[in-house]
Amino acid sequence: MEKNIYWKKNIKYITILLTLWFIVSFGCGILFVNELNAIQIGGFKLGFWFAQQGAIFGFVAIIFAYIYLMNRLDKTLNN
Amino acid sequence: MELQYWIWIAVGLSFSLYIGIAIWSRAASTKEFYVAGGGVHPIANGMATAADWMSAASFISMAGIISFGGYDGSVFLMGWTGGYVLLALLLAPYLRKFGKFTVPDFIGDRYYSNTARSVAVFCALIVSFTYIAGQMRGVGVVFSRYLEVDIVTGVLIGMGIVLFYAVLGGMKGITYTQVAQYCVLIFAFMVPAVFISFLVTGNVIPQIGFGSSGADGVYLLDKLDGLHRELGFHEYTSGSKSLFDVFCITMALMVGTAGLPHVIVRFFTVKKVSDARKSAGWALLFIAILYTTAPAIAVFSRTNLIETVSNQPYENMPDWFDKWETTGLLGFDDKNQDGLIQYTASPVTNELTVDADIMVLANPEIAQLPNWVIALLAAGALAAALSTAAGLLLVISSAVSHDLLKKIVMPKISERGELIAARVAATGAVCLAGYFGINPPGFVAATVALAFGLAASSFFPAILLGIFSKRINKEGAISGMLVGVSLMLFYMLKFKFGWFGGGTKADWWFGISPEGFGTIAMVANFVVTLAVSNRTPAPDLEVQKLVENIRKP
Repeated sequence: MEKNIYWKKNIKYITILLTLWFIVSFGCGILFVNELNAIQIGGFKLGFWFAQQGAIFGFVAIIFAYIYLMNRLDKTLNN
Repeated sequence: MELQYWIWIAVGLSFSLYIGIAIWSRAASTKEFYVAGGGVHPIANGMATAADWMSAASFISMAGIISFGGYDGSVFLMGWTGGYVLLALLLAPYLRKFGKFTVPDFIGDRYYSNTARSVAVFCALIVSFTYIAGQMRGVGVVFSRYLEVDIVTGVLIGMGIVLFYAVLGGMKGITYTQVAQYCVLIFAFMVPAVFISFLVTGNVIPQIGFGSSGADGVYLLDKLDGLHRELGFHEYTSGSKSLFDVFCITMALMVGTAGLPHVIVRFFTVKKVSDARKSAGWALLFIAILYTTAPAIAVFSRTNLIETVSNQPYENMPDWFDKWETTGLLGFDDKNQDGLIQYTASPVTNELTVDADIMVLANPEIAQLPNWVIALLAAGALAAALSTAAGLLLVISSAVSHDLLKKIVMPKISERGELIAARVAATGAVCLAGYFGINPPGFVAATVALAFGLAASSFFPAILLGIFSKRINKEGAISGMLVGVSLMLFYMLKFKFGWFGGGTKADWWFGISPEGFGTIAMVANFVVTLAVSNRTPAPDLEVQKLVENIRKP
């Protein structure tokens, strides 16, 4: 595969994942925290849960998704 | 068995482990000294990064700070983990591909300028020194609190240990001791957390217990909100800070994390680009174990504290209350002389003062756990402080021996000479850090925010644009870093130290606290870098090729 396509795909992955990064933390945990707090799941108000737990789980998932996507992309570059 | 014996055993065993590792992993070359030879396994590097990152503050103070701040404490939880996403996606793989030893290395080469390199060295030194003084102090405090030696002796013992493995083994010794330290600290943090979660909620997983109900069937968080309302505090699950400020602080901490040289440099130690991504993932996973447990501990201990003390007679307080009162971390002043403890938000009626650190340190006693758990906690706190101190030490020593000496002052220095210089610099840095640990400058607490703000406003934009743009040139990067750093320093000095006319909360620009100002300074850096670069010539082909090259895996 061509280098340019490789780089463009990489940028696409980064853009999508950083959007998710922003949504789970700044979105759910800060900007819309009051709206989400109206929803209660178990003992957690949802906005509070995102700010203290959910965002962190989201971050871990985002990095591992990137690892998976890039490993796959790296393989196509070598062939 | 006596608590003191347990503590000596736990601390003694963990310290001999670190020394054993140091002897096994001596560094023979500068590559081993700076980047552990470049062949560290990604999972091992993830553990080392986690230990490197989680300092005495994460281990001892964070749960307590969240406990008192409730939702406000979320800025630390999100801010100190979200930076790893930026690291993994935007910085670590490319810096690994670049393949040199330090952050100023990258800045200096990418911006083909020793001026840029010197600015980076200056920032790296300031950031690392503000941090390391706090760590040595932490070592001293833990020693004095648990082992009944004075703080000076404690700091000296800590210095001796760090000196031994950092000077002997460089990054190689530091990496493998950090792996061991991660295991010690996470075990020490989780054992009491699991016990307490089980006692309070019947669930052994703190992250789930946190959202469960106690013996009375009421959800813990609802109960805590109710208690807070009764006593006049702001609700636990909603904050007292302005939304914009919370946003800015979180962003500054995230970007600052991604720009901290002692964290970045850990990704230079793995074998290949894909390993750099992997180890960022593992690092965050290992960090997340502690960071998702801390808010649970915060809730358990906050509820415990209020229920134990609020409106209860002072006479009936349990043993741990007396014990921690003598250390000064708990204080009771019976203002209305009724013999009951009034714990309220209003400073006029409040009779109880509680230090945030107590939430982790007193936890085992509050939950009546056996003595060995307390001993474990002491060893864990020391592991957290020592591992961070060692990582910072390496940044300081490599900034002096590699970036200043080898790259600027004496380019012809031999490999052996550089290695000796690195060891001498590490020794000097330990002594200086120890001095600040024993005589802490009053501004340590205030400057932690400065360290993050500085990293965010200096390194992050320069590295990011250096990778993702070929057009950015040295004029842009240097002016951007200088503007970012000066703006950050100005704001900190004005509002934290009262220089330039000082100012109070009401004078904050747009209501942003000095802790959150790194975000604004970073934006300023980006704007200046882009504007100046556009008006000055593009970097030559060689640099553009360098950028091409680091983008290939």
